[in-house]
Amino acid sequence: MVDKDKNKGHTEEPENASRRDFLKKSGYAAGGVAGGLVLGGLFGQFDTAEEGANSDQVEQLQNARTFFKRREDFETLAYASERIYPEDENGPGAIKLGVPYFIDKQLAGYYGYNAKTYMKGPFQPQKSGEYGLQTKLNRGEVFLHGLRKMQEVSQKDFGSKFAELEGEQQDEILRKFEANEIKLKGVQSSIFFELLRQTTIEGVYSDPVYGGNKDMQGWKMIEYPGPRMGWASEIDAEEFLSKEPMSLKEYQGGNL
Amino acid sequence: MATKLDKVDVVVVGVGWAGGIISAEMAKAGKNVVALERGEHRERSDYIGQKDELKYDSRYEIMQPLSSDTVTSRNEIGETALPIRTREQMQLGFDVGGASVHWAGATYRYWPYDFEMRSKTIERYGEDKIPEDMNLQDWGITYEEMEPYYDKWEKMAGISGEQDPLAPKRKNEWPNPPLKETPPLKLFKDATSNLGLHPFQVAAGNMSQNYTNPDGQTLNACMYCSFCTRHGCDFSAKSDPIATVVPTALEHDNFELRTRAYVRRVLYDSGNKQATGVMYVDEETGEEFEQPADVVVLSAFAFTNNRLLMLSGIGEQYDPETRQGIIGRNFNGQYNSSFHGARGFFKNKRFNLYMGAGALGAAVNDYAADNFDHSDLDFIGGGAIELRQYGDAAIKSNYIVPSDTPRWGKGFKENSLFYAYRGLHIWYTATAMSYWHNYLDLDPNYTDEYGDPLLRATYKFGENERNIGKFGVEKCREIMEEMGADIVEEDALPEEFDHVYAGGHYTGGVVMGDDPETSAVNNYLQMWDVDNLFVVGGSAFPQFGSHHPTPTIGALAYRAAEGIEKYMNEGGQLAKAKAKSQKA
Repeated sequence: MVDKDKNKGHTEEPENASRRDFLKKSGYAAGGVAGGLVLGGLFGQFDTAEEGANSDQVEQLQNARTFFKRREDFETLAYASERIYPEDENGPGAIKLGVPYFIDKQLAGYYGYNAKTYMKGPFQPQKSGEYGLQTKLNRGEVFLHGLRKMQEVSQKDFGSKFAELEGEQQDEILRKFEANEIKLKGVQSSIFFELLRQTTIEGVYSDPVYGGNKDMQGWKMIEYPGPRMGWASEIDAEEFLSKEPMSLKEYQGGNL
Repeated sequence: MATKLDKVDVVVVGVGWAGGIISAEMAKAGKNVVALERGEHRERSDYIGQKDELKYDSRYEIMQPLSSDTVTSRNEIGETALPIRTREQMQLGFDVGGASVHWAGATYRYWPYDFEMRSKTIERYGEDKIPEDMNLQDWGITYEEMEPYYDKWEKMAGISGEQDPLAPKRKNEWPNPPLKETPPLKLFKDATSNLGLHPFQVAAGNMSQNYTNPDGQTLNACMYCSFCTRHGCDFSAKSDPIATVVPTALEHDNFELRTRAYVRRVLYDSGNKQATGVMYVDEETGEEFEQPADVVVLSAFAFTNNRLLMLSGIGEQYDPETRQGIIGRNFNGQYNSSFHGARGFFKNKRFNLYMGAGALGAAVNDYAADNFDHSDLDFIGGGAIELRQYGDAAIKSNYIVPSDTPRWGKGFKENSLFYAYRGLHIWYTATAMSYWHNYLDLDPNYTDEYGDPLLRATYKFGENERNIGKFGVEKCREIMEEMGADIVEEDALPEEFDHVYAGGHYTGGVVMGDDPETSAVNNYLQMWDVDNLFVVGGSAFPQFGSHHPTPTIGALAYRAAEGIEKYMNEGGQLAKAKAKSQKA
């Protein structure tokens, strides 16, 4: 089972969190389904606060694994992304922001299947990095190779699942991948690590429509206001303007 | 079997700035024109409400998908080139409008020196100043000759600018006043003034006010919304072919735009040395067509212009071993030896850097072209030093952090949150030269979806690129220090070209000049070998100038349009070769 103690502090609120945010996070903290924080949090109790209950329920219903078949792979991904972008006193980390689902959705689409990538051989995967991506594997396959190897290294080095390790132990494994010290078939482990890092950051900061940046909390942390009509009257302002963010959905004028 | 279509006056291949301008000018002149565009038709509504950083900046939505074809790349002759597979490494324009839909809008004319780099270098420093491995050559046209075409392009595009104090005095004002001056721009201008340099506001394809161009097309004032470079404009406030020349062409019944038409060959009669038309595939049905024409205009990206000539067997392929041949020679571009400089981080100041526009910027040209004495410098040429406020959305902000920031984890999060919108970057738009060892040809190993060979780029830096890069970084550091940043960091210069084709500034291979021994087209961009074939675009640059290429491509397209009309009236070669004999 997951050592929940290492997640202490995860329920601390960012200073400007609204009551609604608070209730949602309480929902996460109260989750307790087998599988630990990730599954407990993301599949746990729905928010029953009168305000926004419906939309939150819809959001929860829109989060399920569509690319990753094995729960174990997804769990490894979730904990790895949380180490890349951890929860701290500034606000939520990758898991609460929905990053694992963001990555899952990306991999289920054209990006994961490299539909806009030149995929004809001959391939020289060992030249990836020097020449960009040169693998025969598509990005989804790179993720599966990488995550399963992480699990294998975790068992070998620490005798336990990656998701159940202490944070420092997880970092140790991630650093080995980053430094390309782990051998993967068909792709360098550093290429996998960079994909993981890049997509984690994208999941924190891209529009919530893609499944991450839950409640625009990524944007709130960095004080990014989201898409707006324009800034013609503010562009020469001397002071930094911090505004509540607007989503793409709102910018486009809401639903049809 | 290809279906043969009715002959037209002019067939245009590729509809970006170059093809759009040719189309509009030929349509206005009453010619029967068919323009073939590989991508899809695009109009303003394709870009409305599309303010999505992930889709456009991270996934490169409007760049060419590489699933069918790309370019292979290597540094050394003799090495096996590998295909550049992803859009992170290869960003090419696509669809109607081409790369000019996603351009930033920075507008600089090239300098008189840039067009006569060889002659003027020899004149001032002697021939020894030119390294032996460098194919330095004049363009076969002067700034004075280019001036009216620049003027025409700037008015059509509605450029917003102010007189650069160091540039040749403009015959006409910029059509629109400059964009607004923001705090980062003012900081740059004050610092460079203090250092005795001559700052000015970058001229922009972003409109400073509502504008109607001479063709009657209207553009709106820029909203500084920040979704600009790599995006299509939400408001028709960034000048591009979709807002200007394409609708102008479409107003004429004698113009037809065919999209999803992938041109695979120029049809060539080698006996008469005439292009007879083009062969293309309708990408929606797979059907092949022959489009005969009196004049064939290749106005695609430099890569495609080169590749089509090679696949069609037109002109002699350049061979680096013998140094003979023309097509593919002098492949060059502002690769990753350029756009390096210094980053500054301000601990007590945050700028509204999430606001901006593609070409919102300030620059100095004290180190451009030959505006400074190169006698004691180990390079020739120059560039602008500029600061741009593109407008950075949330993902990008994570990558603008001091270099000691951990790449992930708690330390990364803390630093990236703290430094968001505190970092400014200034860079040097250094020129890039051509060398005998850098060229384009067809790849022996990789093919497109139809089985045709991909284009192969062989490119490595010369000493000029390394030395000019170092010079620029030092100058940028001095300016950033004067700007008062708490942390100033120099950009790391790459040791060698790293096969990242970002930014879109790749040129040459079908270069212009006044000598058929060293150029493929004359100064009307008409092929020396084939009178009715015009090859228009960045492919004509013998080497790079001091700045971004777009305005020069636009001006050359107007020059070519004039030439095509002239050819249709008079026939024959429009320019006289300087060399004794014309190349067979």
